[in-house]
Amino acid sequence: MSEPASPPVTDTAALLPPPVAARGPRPTVIVDDLHVNYTVYATGRPAKNESTKLLRRAVNMRRARKIHALKGISFTAHQGEAIGVIGRNGSGKSTLLRAIAGLTPADQGAIYADSDPTLLGVNAALINELSGERNVVLGGLAMGLTPDQVREKYDDIVDFAGIGEFIELPMRTYSAGMGARLRFAIAASATHRILLVDEALAVGDADFQRRSERRISELRDAAGTVFLVSHSLKVIQDTCQRTLWIDAGILRLDGPSAEVIAAYNASVR
Amino acid sequence: MSVVVPAPSHGHPRDDRPSHDDLAALAAEHGLPKLGSRPALTDYVRQLWGRRFFCFGLARARFRSQNEQDRLGIAWIVLRPLINAAVYGFIFGLLLPKSSRQDNFVASLVVGVFIFQFFAACLTDGAKSITGNSGLIKSLHFPRAVLPFATVIEQVLALVPMLVVMLVVALATGEPVRLKWLELVPALALMTLFCTGIAMIAARLTIHIRDITQLIPFLTRLVFYLSGIFYKSPGADAKGGQSVLATVLEFNPVHVYISLVRGAVIVGEAAPAHTWRLGIGFGVVFFLVGFVYFWRAEERYGRE
Repeated sequence: MSEPASPPVTDTAALLPPPVAARGPRPTVIVDDLHVNYTVYATGRPAKNESTKLLRRAVNMRRARKIHALKGISFTAHQGEAIGVIGRNGSGKSTLLRAIAGLTPADQGAIYADSDPTLLGVNAALINELSGERNVVLGGLAMGLTPDQVREKYDDIVDFAGIGEFIELPMRTYSAGMGARLRFAIAASATHRILLVDEALAVGDADFQRRSERRISELRDAAGTVFLVSHSLKVIQDTCQRTLWIDAGILRLDGPSAEVIAAYNASVR
Repeated sequence: MSVVVPAPSHGHPRDDRPSHDDLAALAAEHGLPKLGSRPALTDYVRQLWGRRFFCFGLARARFRSQNEQDRLGIAWIVLRPLINAAVYGFIFGLLLPKSSRQDNFVASLVVGVFIFQFFAACLTDGAKSITGNSGLIKSLHFPRAVLPFATVIEQVLALVPMLVVMLVVALATGEPVRLKWLELVPALALMTLFCTGIAMIAARLTIHIRDITQLIPFLTRLVFYLSGIFYKSPGADAKGGQSVLATVLEFNPVHVYISLVRGAVIVGEAAPAHTWRLGIGFGVVFFLVGFVYFWRAEERYGRE
């Protein structure tokens, strides 16, 4: 982003920032050469050496294995953008979102972000032993709302989730779809400047999908940035104007959704 | 359904991808802070204060759900340590000579077991406060110190009914109602500080070495036997020197807090000023050390 050649300025004008229009949309998330490793403990492949294999089994030693989930991702996201993230299973899409949400620390590189980005995910568990009601309250408080603000939004959240009397039951009794609906409703109740959505739209019936798509565009219009991970290329095409294609931890393509999706389809075929 | 997005200014960033320095400079120009870097200690405290409602809400919800599934519900919070005390009282009342016991054995034992229970729960649940809440950590962004804090608050909530039973036992065994009961407030406040420090240290250690949770039952058992719960300190021996056990008891924080509580409840067990000084010292030092130690690994929580 280069500054336009500015005309000679007076002393007072020099103190003012350049006009906003000249700077283009403001960046909200800057990802700079991001690497993320996971250490997983697994018995893994059998040891080559039979004697050490027995030894390992005897002391039940777990081997640490490093998984290089993201290998140097860079891009800049701007205000008012909805960005789709596509790629095969295990390509690093969810890791990228978790890293941007500040939930998985970067091993190398950096992420700069405007405000605390919020991740809405299917896996994101609240507290399973507690009822939906208590999870709504706790979820709101965890996002930094005050008890009064939570009380104000409570009915909206419950209505949006639309899970009826199940709201009084512990979340462990919920179906996967109901849990995801409630989590989405809680997270979407606050206005986030940066919202990360991980496959949340894939669950729920057609009616819920329609409502959540509408809510996402509302959030984006509220001058936010939305990231959307989905295997449904149609949802990405409909909702996002720009798409990132992640392949084996590397950013393969970044550009207008139509182009990226076409290239992705060509490679999968 | 299609949504039209105002065209952003980027064209094909793949072709003219900016360099490292450009991105860092761009972030600086727009004042975007770097994510995942550990906040300064003062900012961390402020963030934590911002989540105080969450912290209390979490503690209360956990406390209520904990005993909901049993028929006797919350009564178990009191019944468990009472039965515990009864078992120890029965065994050690038979095993140990009367001379090694405190004067009001029943009240001393109940105070000891109940106060120890508070410590043990903070240590055990504190150690699990990060690893046992990975769902919450992986889905929401908040200062992680909320979790060990909420664990301790949950135990404080459990301590309240235990205190009531403890005072009932004291009255039933002939102790009078007196103003000195007010000393319970500073004594338990100091102990809560100490336990918070312990919970934070245990929470972080468990991140580094999972196996610690296997050792904690042995550690608590050891502290239990070294806290003078069912025997009194041997004190000075015939030569005027102190036995090793007496020295261990004197400087064992858990025994210090048990002594302070006994001093408030039981006549003739008044705690000396020396014990109060130790109680203040352990409370403040463990809390500060535990807090800083926990904060220094803030960016690591959630990597597992």
